[in-house]
Amino acid sequence: MAIARAERLVNLVLCLLSTRQYLTAERIRAIVPGYSDAATDEAFFRMFERDKTELRDLGVPLEIGRSAEFDNTDGYRIARRDYELGDVDLEPDEAAAVALAARLWDSPQLTGAAHGALIKLRAAGVDVDHEVHTAVEPKVRTTEPAFPPLLAAVQEGRVVEFDYRKLTPVEVRTRTVEPWGVVAWRGRWYLVGHDRDRRAPRCFRLSRIVGDVRTVGKPGVVDRPDDVDLLSFVKRSEPSTQAVATAKLWVARDRAQGVRRRARVVGERELDGVAGDVLEIDLRFPDSAAAWIAGFGADVVVLEPEVLAKTVREKLVGALRGAGVRA
Amino acid sequence: MNASADRLPRLLALVPYLLARPGIPIEEAAADFEVTPRQLRKDLELLWMCGLPGYGPGDLIDLSFEGDTVTVTFDAGMSRPLRLTAAEATALLVALRALAETPGVVDKDAVQRAVAKIEAAVGQAQPAGVAVGLAMREAPETAVVRDAVSDGVRRGRALRLHYYTPSRDEVTDRVVDPMRMLLVEGRSYLEAWCRLADDVRLFRLDRIDGVQVLDEPAAPPPHATPTDTSEGLFRPDPSQRTAVLVLEPDARWVAEYYPVDGLTELEEGRARVLMRYADTAWMVRLLLGLGGEVHVEQPADLVEEVARQADAALRRADHLPAT
Repeated sequence: MAIARAERLVNLVLCLLSTRQYLTAERIRAIVPGYSDAATDEAFFRMFERDKTELRDLGVPLEIGRSAEFDNTDGYRIARRDYELGDVDLEPDEAAAVALAARLWDSPQLTGAAHGALIKLRAAGVDVDHEVHTAVEPKVRTTEPAFPPLLAAVQEGRVVEFDYRKLTPVEVRTRTVEPWGVVAWRGRWYLVGHDRDRRAPRCFRLSRIVGDVRTVGKPGVVDRPDDVDLLSFVKRSEPSTQAVATAKLWVARDRAQGVRRRARVVGERELDGVAGDVLEIDLRFPDSAAAWIAGFGADVVVLEPEVLAKTVREKLVGALRGAGVRA
Repeated sequence: MNASADRLPRLLALVPYLLARPGIPIEEAAADFEVTPRQLRKDLELLWMCGLPGYGPGDLIDLSFEGDTVTVTFDAGMSRPLRLTAAEATALLVALRALAETPGVVDKDAVQRAVAKIEAAVGQAQPAGVAVGLAMREAPETAVVRDAVSDGVRRGRALRLHYYTPSRDEVTDRVVDPMRMLLVEGRSYLEAWCRLADDVRLFRLDRIDGVQVLDEPAAPPPHATPTDTSEGLFRPDPSQRTAVLVLEPDARWVAEYYPVDGLTELEEGRARVLMRYADTAWMVRLLLGLGGEVHVEQPADLVEEVARQADAALRRADHLPAT
């Protein structure tokens, strides 16, 4: 029964914390209330194994050893210095930052862990308010299906294998990666790790992983370099956003205010019998500019550069196809 | 996490928690552990049965209740909480570091002090396998706007905004009474009472084309209440329409970015979603820009409008002399 089990486990922790001698399983069976319920030796050992696993999963440091040389079985104890959280004395502004940080995650894996951390800090005497008077409520989500298995693999130090879709050329290939970390950058999640096939560090976008993530081999084999800065690695791998490209656009008269507010009028021109202006615009993020321009439909036409005109055209042809029309 | 898996960590934390707060109301303790007062009382009853070997009256955890408050009178050696697990430390420290790197969120200095203290308390600092950069792309103009807006918020002054509204694709002038600034999912907003709309509005900083701090004080009416951000910034509006979209893997961010209801996984990493939208013109612009990455299934008039506008845009571009 769940309640009896919780009671037994609390008593086990208190017992092992209070002893300096290693206590054998038999001794524990005799002392700690609840174990006498076990009718047979086998039932007891099963019960005890399960309890040890649960405590270890919670992070309780169980020490195994023998109190004296002539002991012939291993015993257990909990070293207080390894069990107890050290002193944490947070100023009010620091506690406010912690409260805000704990609310950052919108993720089944990380929300629970942050909540667990908060409970322990409160138990250490830190007052962490529920209501933090701040202007800001940042949120980070982990909705990608590949996130939970990759996070687990990173934390366990396990090699992973997955099918990965590349855009140019379009292909799906199986990749084997020693994962170093998962990184959220500009609203997207990435995996950073050593790509065994390329024999080099690589960065993978989680949204391009096709199907399941599979683990390969045993935990604890991934050797992450000490000096790697995950976030910087992803930033560097992204196409540079520094390059500013100037484009020339035709914009229908009084239309597309969203474009006009970012551009300069450099002339007038009639196109397709419609009055309009010629605008010059600096595009800081050329990769997303085409999508943005395509959104304005017939109100905006790219005059130059040719490559942007072509990309916008591809978007529009794609939109036609997406609406079920064969171009 | 299920209830029983949560319970043991809570039981281990409760005694030190109460020890640090003698005479705390049970209701307050329950709120801190995010359980009902009833559940907390059950936990206390269980702890009362636990203690040190011998398990006599002087060996058991002892609690004294007075009215609705509780005090620990004997802790049975459980005076400190268990150390943070690697996963707990990671979840908290990564979030703190992300906040420290984001401008205008919290006092960076306070965050860094908190990180240092928690790292010290946690013990061996191991590299976290998670990193988060909250910052979004921000143009230099937006940084200038941010400074002026925060100045107005800090000094409690009304602001005149030159503001771009994408749903109507227009730029309007309005005077607003600032309430606070927000950062939600990597975007910065000014929340203010808008005298033009006669209501509370959120203004995205990157859509403010001009801002002037006025001499008059900010005076939002007493009934102006801040937006509850816990359920996301934009709540479902009964007048909204719903589109059925099939997202290619590369357009899956749409489901994270916009209000999406159901998500059905399809083969090859694609997903079918129901997306709510208030304004057809805005939705058409989004879909034109997503060209090829999204297949629009419903409603029929939206499908038609996307096709019509894409076709018109392609025809117009064809009028350009070939280069």
